[in-house]
Amino acid sequence: MTTTDTRPTTVRPATEYLDPKLNSKIPEGPIERKWERHKFEMKLVSPTNRRRYTIIVVGSGLAGASAAATLAEAGYNVKCYTYHDSPRRAHSIAAQGGINAAKNYRNDGDSVFRLFYDTVKGGDFRAREANVYRLAEVSMAIIDQCVAQGVPFAREYSGYLDNRSFGGAQVARTFYARGQTGQQLLLGAYQALSRQIGLGQVKMFSRTEMLDLVVIDGRARGIVTRDMVTGKIESHVADAVVLATGGYSNVFYLSTNAKASNATAIWRAYRRGAFFGNPCFTQIHPTCIPVSGDHQSKLTLMSESLRNDGRVWVPKTPGDKRPPSSIPEDERDYYLERKYPSFGNLAPRDIASRAAKQVCDEGRGVGPGGLGVYLDFSDAIKRLGRKVIEERYGNLFEMYERITGENPYETPMRIYPAVHYTMGGLWVDYNLMSTIPGLFVIGEANFSDHGANRLGASALMQGLADGYFILPYTIADYLASTKFTKVDTTHIAFREAEAEVTDRIKRLLNTKGTRTVDMFHRELGKIMWDYCGMARNEAGLKHALEVIPELRERFWREVKVPGEGNDINQELEKAGRVADFMELAELMCIDALHRNESCGGHFREEHQTEEGEAKRDDENFAYVAAWEFTGLGTKPVLHKEPLYFEYVKPTIRSYK
Amino acid sequence: MNLTLHVWRQKNAQSEGRFVTYQAKNIIPDMSFLEMLDVVNQELILKGEEPIAFEHDCREGICGSCGMVINGYPHGGHRGTTTCQLHMRHFKDGDVITIEPWRARAFPVLKDLIVDRSAFDRIIQAGGFISANTGVAQDANTVLVPKQNAEAAMDAAACIGCGACVAACPNASAMLFTAAKITHLGLLPQGQPERYTRVVRMVEQMDREGFGGCTNIGECSAACPKEIPLSVIARMNRDLLVAKLKGVN
Repeated sequence: MTTTDTRPTTVRPATEYLDPKLNSKIPEGPIERKWERHKFEMKLVSPTNRRRYTIIVVGSGLAGASAAATLAEAGYNVKCYTYHDSPRRAHSIAAQGGINAAKNYRNDGDSVFRLFYDTVKGGDFRAREANVYRLAEVSMAIIDQCVAQGVPFAREYSGYLDNRSFGGAQVARTFYARGQTGQQLLLGAYQALSRQIGLGQVKMFSRTEMLDLVVIDGRARGIVTRDMVTGKIESHVADAVVLATGGYSNVFYLSTNAKASNATAIWRAYRRGAFFGNPCFTQIHPTCIPVSGDHQSKLTLMSESLRNDGRVWVPKTPGDKRPPSSIPEDERDYYLERKYPSFGNLAPRDIASRAAKQVCDEGRGVGPGGLGVYLDFSDAIKRLGRKVIEERYGNLFEMYERITGENPYETPMRIYPAVHYTMGGLWVDYNLMSTIPGLFVIGEANFSDHGANRLGASALMQGLADGYFILPYTIADYLASTKFTKVDTTHIAFREAEAEVTDRIKRLLNTKGTRTVDMFHRELGKIMWDYCGMARNEAGLKHALEVIPELRERFWREVKVPGEGNDINQELEKAGRVADFMELAELMCIDALHRNESCGGHFREEHQTEEGEAKRDDENFAYVAAWEFTGLGTKPVLHKEPLYFEYVKPTIRSYK
Repeated sequence: MNLTLHVWRQKNAQSEGRFVTYQAKNIIPDMSFLEMLDVVNQELILKGEEPIAFEHDCREGICGSCGMVINGYPHGGHRGTTTCQLHMRHFKDGDVITIEPWRARAFPVLKDLIVDRSAFDRIIQAGGFISANTGVAQDANTVLVPKQNAEAAMDAAACIGCGACVAACPNASAMLFTAAKITHLGLLPQGQPERYTRVVRMVEQMDREGFGGCTNIGECSAACPKEIPLSVIARMNRDLLVAKLKGVN
């Protein structure tokens, strides 16, 4: 998004909440020299010594596959795990739009500093400056690497790479491969990983789900997994563990995430002592296809680019059930154009989402259940002709028609916001290491560089930056500076973790209750959407914190998981994941309740301007909230990592 | 609407399978095919029976997880559509639907509608890549790719690895899958150095996995949800021939 208002806000001195347990390890020096200097100062593992180390990488999406491949190329022994049948299925594959990089190929004034600036500001000043700067810095090498791998990025007739512009930027810095950029980048990383599997440098465990983390002498030393075909519970030892297991939007049941996307790996690590950063920061995307009924199993995103030519409106009168074509012009409310005249239909994601919710709450929503708004192309078709619209959005219109059975050339699209990304995740320091030494977290799974709101085309950039260019350096420093004691799977910690995992599976199978896992998951999702979704308030969050533990208890009493534990049992897999969502949901609400301000995707109704815009409180909340597990049912301990803004001064965002 | 389903049930790779008949009741036209199966499964679970196992994940046609033979057609036979994007409005009340897993020797059934497609991974591992270690690359714009090549490479790279091509082929051939990757990489300047070893290695692995040969029927391309053109196979055969003439082993 572009911000027009630059009134400075007050930031509380960060030294006021320095926490001894949170050392962000940001290197000294000017921001543009930090990473370079740090790379020189970090210890190295010599090429001949690398084969002595084993690294576990859990997850094989953009972050996991790129990290596993790069570490294997360097000579480490890598074990990589995925619950899919193949590493190529990871949900990174569904990203459509593109990947940002500060190449400035368009000669339009882009630079590392500008990408850094846009990202910090877009994140509503809740991200760590040093990390964001590094992300912008390595963004260019990602594009180089991907081209070398054969990623078929869009080209101009000259043969040079093409760029498009994206939300939140005034420059064209987004590289893309049609509407399948995530797929092509993932296949690039998958192929690099496949090469290392073929060479025997990576041992790939597919259809294998991580169910616990094993910590020995305070260090992450392995994982416990379940073989999803045979049900066998197994232990795996390593010198370091990398989690690249994605986000947790599925806590809402309905989201744009793939069905299997879950929080179990990071949640188990949290229970073992890794702090959870900003769990309440979720991003809600304004243009998704609305829910069509109770049967709905997931939501589908429609590219944000549609808002370039579509006009968003609802009827002026609540309960107006006439078909859109019979509602005359003066009875329509083009509410984005009305409220944000200078940005209009291109208002940023968080603003556009909240505005849609507001009109639906007023009873003016359209379609089944009244949860939808129109995205109307009739003016654009009149102005530009059908052919132009077809060229620009043909594939999206086709996708819409396939799902809804309605033709958007003739009748307006219906859209509604949906959860699609979580900025929160496990807290990591500058080296991407969690509060458990030896446990690294990369990609969407960490609390990330996006602050309270992620800009479009930045998720792919972060996943690949972490995996290709950051983690391989920082993990070497950890390995080289740590003295390892020899452990194997007979260690008591492994035995205990295996026993806990086995017990939990037995409990799920033996409950033999009366309700399915999906029923509980839907119920949880509804609570989260109603009270911890697009808009949150104190009363609602407190209510959620009462009903979630009740629901969790009922789950363990009444859930029905058919079948056995020793073969493919998809209900059992789901049950374990939903059980963890039930715990995570509570933490998200605790975090949302504590963050008594509005920022980015976190909108607390108590903190809004007279016009209904988010009101940040930099004086009291310019920090990362990192939560420490203290036992189920007891309140987690809050640790605060202060955020310093030396290069981008916090300002109030305005889009009027 | 109400439907009758004949579904292939098989406990695991070792046991024999059989068709079991289920009634799918109160199905709404807006449901996807997988959501219809969700409804059936929820009922089965409440009755204490094991639900029908099938693979699925993104449910928006890109991850390649889902796939079943519906009334004899992989993914149901609608042009450019995966099973997850097939909606029930294409069926009518009272329809009888037969649902089977992919059938191919190289894709053994693991349970019900789930098959083991790891043979595809091994084909890629054999050579479906460009050997570019992280860090070796020079500036991206030093490699120029003619737009038409980039577009044709993208057409081939769009493959989602679902396996419908194998399921559709009377010979259970994996030529379309293998050739799509060979075409994608072979059309790009970056892919040239390994072009001929790649085709040899990948075809070797493909044969080792037990896939059949191609007899130019074209069912694969017709069934492909990403509409990968049949011409990629011609390109692969040409590259293979050149590789043999060059003496690449």
